[in-house]
Formats: sequence, structure tokens, C-alpha cells
Amino acid sequence: MISSIIFIALVIAASALFAKNVKTIIRNIKLGKDIDRSDRKKERYLLMAKVALGQSKMVVRPVAGLLHIIVYAGFIIINIEVLEIVLDGIFGTHRLFSFLGSFYYGLIASFEVLALLVLVSCLIFLIRRNVLRLKRFSGVEMTSWPRSDANYILITEVLLMSAFLIMNAADSSLQNLNSFHYTQVGSFPISGLFVSSLSSISESGLIMLERSLWWFHIVGIFAFLNYLPYSKHFHILLAFPNVFYSKLEPKGQFENMAAVKKEVALMFDPAADPYAAPVEPQGEPLRFGAKDVTDLTWKQLMDSYTCTECGRCTSVCPANITGKLLSPRKIMMDTRDRLVEVGNGIDKNGKDFNDGKSLIRDYITEEEILACTSCNACTEACPVNNDPLSVIIDLRRYLIMEESKAPSEWTGIFTNIENNGAPWQFAQADRLKWKDE
Amino acid sequence: MSELKVPTMAEMMASEQNPDVLFWVGCAGSFDDRAKKITRALVKILNNVGVNFAVLGSEESCTGDPAKRAGNEFLFQMQAMGNIQVLNGYEIKKIVTTCPHCFNTLKNEYPELGGNYEVLHHSEFLQNLINEGKLTIQGGAFKGQKITFHDPCYLGRANDVYEAPRVLIEKLDAELVEMKRCKTNGFCCGAGGGQMFKEAEKGNKEVNIERTEEAIELKPDIIATGCPFCMTMMTDGVKLKDKETEIKIFDLAELIAKANDL
Ligand code: SF4
Ligand code: SF4
Repeated sequence: MISSIIFIALVIAASALFAKNVKTIIRNIKLGKDIDRSDRKKERYLLMAKVALGQSKMVVRPVAGLLHIIVYAGFIIINIEVLEIVLDGIFGTHRLFSFLGSFYYGLIASFEVLALLVLVSCLIFLIRRNVLRLKRFSGVEMTSWPRSDANYILITEVLLMSAFLIMNAADSSLQNLNSFHYTQVGSFPISGLFVSSLSSISESGLIMLERSLWWFHIVGIFAFLNYLPYSKHFHILLAFPNVFYSKLEPKGQFENMAAVKKEVALMFDPAADPYAAPVEPQGEPLRFGAKDVTDLTWKQLMDSYTCTECGRCTSVCPANITGKLLSPRKIMMDTRDRLVEVGNGIDKNGKDFNDGKSLIRDYITEEEILACTSCNACTEACPVNNDPLSVIIDLRRYLIMEESKAPSEWTGIFTNIENNGAPWQFAQADRLKWKDE
Repeated sequence: MSELKVPTMAEMMASEQNPDVLFWVGCAGSFDDRAKKITRALVKILNNVGVNFAVLGSEESCTGDPAKRAGNEFLFQMQAMGNIQVLNGYEIKKIVTTCPHCFNTLKNEYPELGGNYEVLHHSEFLQNLINEGKLTIQGGAFKGQKITFHDPCYLGRANDVYEAPRVLIEKLDAELVEMKRCKTNGFCCGAGGGQMFKEAEKGNKEVNIERTEEAIELKPDIIATGCPFCMTMMTDGVKLKDKETEIKIFDLAELIAKANDL
């Protein structure tokens, strides 16, 4: 009875805390500018099924892809059992669903196999990161926190899976002892293998072991749930909406800035009065491009929270590969870190808070922004369909249009295009000269 | 030198003619010495097949692509609006271009500003000519040669055109060999995003060298490409690696013009 009450309190606390954190993240994402991604719904659902659920872009790298699918599918499926655990906890029952008979036995047996696979996969992941030290998991942005974050998650999963298997072994021993409360639920294919090693433990010892592991398992899961919003691991939830709201246009198509469109249309309108006072935009002063995270769209901000820090983007980026400072993963992580900072600031100081900092320079330098070739390798590689390139371009627009901070060669091509319709200094009248050469 | 027939839209209008397709030459195709050869090669093929085409000549202006990628949206839209006025004035319906950057901009970014055309990269246009039976490529000139194709980012990833260039190369009876990073994984030549026009940021290597080295590893006779900027980057790379006697770099149009002895 007492344990049921403690358990119910725990469930409520864990869910409430999680809801609060998720709300903060949603609020932060909504700090972004509006962008309409509500069209072509059917295509979006299909894309989500393929890329988020089917992980089509993960398997481009077969080893990591396969291991990731095991961990992901295994973890999700095993968590069906969490439902039973929660109900058991509330009602003080044990293996509530065991009345399902052989179906239940089969389920438990497959959970065990999956648990082992997840465990092994996580160990391999840990080895890849910490022993083999794959290059993809290093880089300037991979400071101690992102590295630890990845390890915490993997270690937690290893512990949870181990607890699950040992718990089953203890359970199984108790069943063999015909212990009260421990109904027979068929054979345990994995934990059954080390039941014998528990043979020296007394019945009450086994019950102790089984109970503590049960609590460890479920408390661990609640803790994990509440760790998610602080971690790159939040992608297991955000990957779905993030892929759903992907850009569906060809990758090469950059949006035509609406603010600029208005001004240009005025210049091309023969009816426009050149001496009329420029129309003052209402509300906030209009800004071309992005100086800070609030100048980006909510989708770009959602990208940043969805980023898994996997580094697939950076590992194919031509600028990064040739030793430049630019790393598309860093662009995404900086965007998120700055957004979290702005969000916390708003929580503390109210909506209009201003810390005098910005995404540009305080986080991302000009050098990084200018090095991008707009090749789209990063967007192609990203398993959750992030678009680091769009952030880079928006920052560039701010640099060029608001601060006029173009490298001198670019100023030159701008002048040439404006004056003679080509980036080089050739007269437009000579455009057909090639014909007679 | 053979005479090229290159009617302009203005001339066409004057004689009340209508071309089937506009050849958008682009700034590189008009002014860059190496790219001009690509322009001429395509015109030779068009003339040979008897395609009814025209160019804008001195009425053509930069699409604005370099400005847009470099962050100058204002200049881009000014260019776009100007070009759209000219194109719509001539009631252009279909455009072919040898530059993937012009291709991408005309095809994807002009419609929203009022410029709606069917836009084709020359690799697609030539493939269509072959499919329609109007163009046949004589194998032979390149028989047994090893050719690798460098995917231009703005043709491949940006617009998913991977097959047309390869179909053309296969028609040459040549051996098409792929670099490890090809198609969706193609590696940039280093020119896009305005990089063509400025010094690279500090690093330990030039992007075009990284790409050229990858191509050289295959020991090809020819590196083929479909972009005047990739052409510049790969040519510089091969020169720097001292391989210009062994490895030639050609655009798809040039390969076909050569194969057909034009
Ligand atoms: S688009 Fe820019 S950031 Fe992305 S891979 Fe290419 S060069 Fe790197
Ligand atoms: S942006 Fe995408 S590819 Fe890059 S690190 Fe984040 S999740 Fe990975």
C-alpha cells in the first residue's frame, strides 16, 4: 500500500516535471519567426515515416545505422513493459499482464533478446566514442558537456538493460522456488542463462534483489525521461515533428526574402512615387537576415533542439574537411545553446530582456559564416533533416545587408553585378563576343 | 573556324520568329575563356541538330545567384526582376543553360518572383534530344577511355539531377568510373556560395585540391563535369597536382561535340 502511494507520487512528479520542461522548449521554439510549413501534408507524413520512423538516412552508414535501429527499436519496444510496470506499481500487483498466457511469455522472451541486443549495441557505441575515438565525435564544439551527455545516455541504457535482465533472473529463481506472488511466466531466454549463479541467495534475498532492481528500473526510466529535455537525446521525440516540417523544395532553392521583395517591387513599380517617404514598418524594426536566434524561424530553432550532435554534417562538410573553422554541427549547437540562454533570460528577467549578446560573434564568428560553399552536403547527411545551411545564409545576410561586412572581393562582385550585370568587370554589351572568337 | 549560328531574341523578334528554347549562356559562359569553349561546344551541337534556339546576348544579365549565395538578397532580387522583365517580354517558355547555378536560380527561385519557365540543364536537354532520336552520339573517339564525373552541387544535391550526365557519358562508349564521393555524396569543388570570388578562409587545404586528389586516385583519362565553376576549380587542381598532361577536363557538351567531330 505504502509503496503504491510512493509510486503514484513518483509518477505524478516525474510527469509534471517533464511537462514543464517540454513547455519551456516549446515556448523557446516559438520565439522564432513564423514560416508556413503546413502544406503538402501527405508528403510530410510519408517523409516522417521514412526518415524519422524508418531512419532511412541513418543506414547510409550501415554499422552505426544498424546499431542505432537496434537501440531505438529495442528501447521503444521494451518500454511497452513500462506500461505494465507502472500499472503494477499503482495497484501493487506483480506482472499484471501475465494472464495473457503464452502471448505474454513470448513478449517477455523477445524483450529479453532485445534487451541484450540493446546492451551490446550501447557497449559498442561506448567503445566507438571512448576507445576507438571516431573522428566524427570530436571537434571544437564537442566540449566536455556534449561528450559526457552522449556517454551518460549510453551508460544509463546499459544499466537499465542490465537491471532488467538481472531482475528477470531473480524473478525466475523465485518462480522456481514457487515463491508467493511470483507467478510462473514461462522461460527467460537470456536471464535464464544465469539463474544458477543466483542459487546461493536466499528467497528473501532474491525478493530484495528483484524489488530493488524493479525500483531501479522504473526510477531510472523516470530520471531518463527528465534528463531528455536537457540533452541531445531529446531528438527521440523531436525527430518526428522536425522531419514532418522539413523543407520540401529542392535543396538548392533558397527562400526569396519577403521584406526585400516589397522594396524591390516598389523600385520596379513605375507608378511608385520616388519622393514618397519610405513606409515605416510597424512594430519591431525590420531586420534583414539573422543577428540572433529570435531572427531565425521556429523551424530553424526546432532543428537546433533536434540536433543529435552526431556530426554527420560536419564529417562531409568541404570547409571542415579542409581545416576551416566552419562546422555545421557547431552552427546547430550554438543556435540551441544561445536559444537556451535567451529562454533562461526571459524566465528570469521577463520578455524584453536583453543581455547585449547575439548569435553572431558571441557564438558564431564571421570566419565560419563566410567559409560555407552552400554545397548542401550537411543537409543531405543529416539524419533528422536539419538545415544548418539556412542558418548560415541568414547570418550571412545580416552580415552583408545590415553591417555591410562583405570581404572586399565580394564588394567588388556586387558592384560589378550592379553596374555591368556580371560578377566580373566586362561590359554587358560584350556578352556575345564568344560567338566570333 | 566554323561559323556558329547564334540568333539573338531581338533578331528573332525583328523577323517575327519564335525560338523553341532560349539558351541562357550565363556570365561564365559569356566571359570566362575556358567556359566560352563550353558555350561554343553546345552551340555546335544545337546547330548540328538544327535546334531552333536563341540567346539574349547583351540583354542577358547575371541571374543574381552569386549575390544571393553571398547574402546580398537585395541585389539578387534586383537582378531577378530585371531578367524576368526581359524574359517575360519575349514570352520565353523554355530555357536551357550550361551553368547549374543559373539553372537552379532560374528554375527554383524565379517562379515566385513572377518568372515561370521550363528550365533544363544542358545535360537534360541533350538527353532529351537523344531520346527523341534527334541526336546520336558517335562512340569511338573516347572508346576505352576512363571518364569520371564530378557532380556539381547545384545540379546534383540541389536539384537531384544525377542520371542525365551519366547517360551521356555512357553513350560515349567510355568507361565511367565513380569517385567514392559521388551523386548524393558528391564532394564540392569549392566554388559555390560565393567562394569562387574570394580567398578561402584559413584552413589546411583548398577544397578543389581535396576533390582533385580524389579524382586523380582513379587514374582517369578525363574528368567530366557540367558546370563552368567546377571546370575552373578542377582545372586549377589538376594543374597544381602536375597532372595536366595525363588528365583532361571536359564539360559534357564538349565531350559530345568532340565525339561527333563538330
Ligand atoms: S553547405 Fe556549407 S556548412 Fe553545409 S556542408 Fe556545405 S560548406 Fe559545409
Ligand atoms: S545537424 Fe544533423 S547531421 Fe549535424 S550533428 Fe546535428 S543531427 Fe547530426
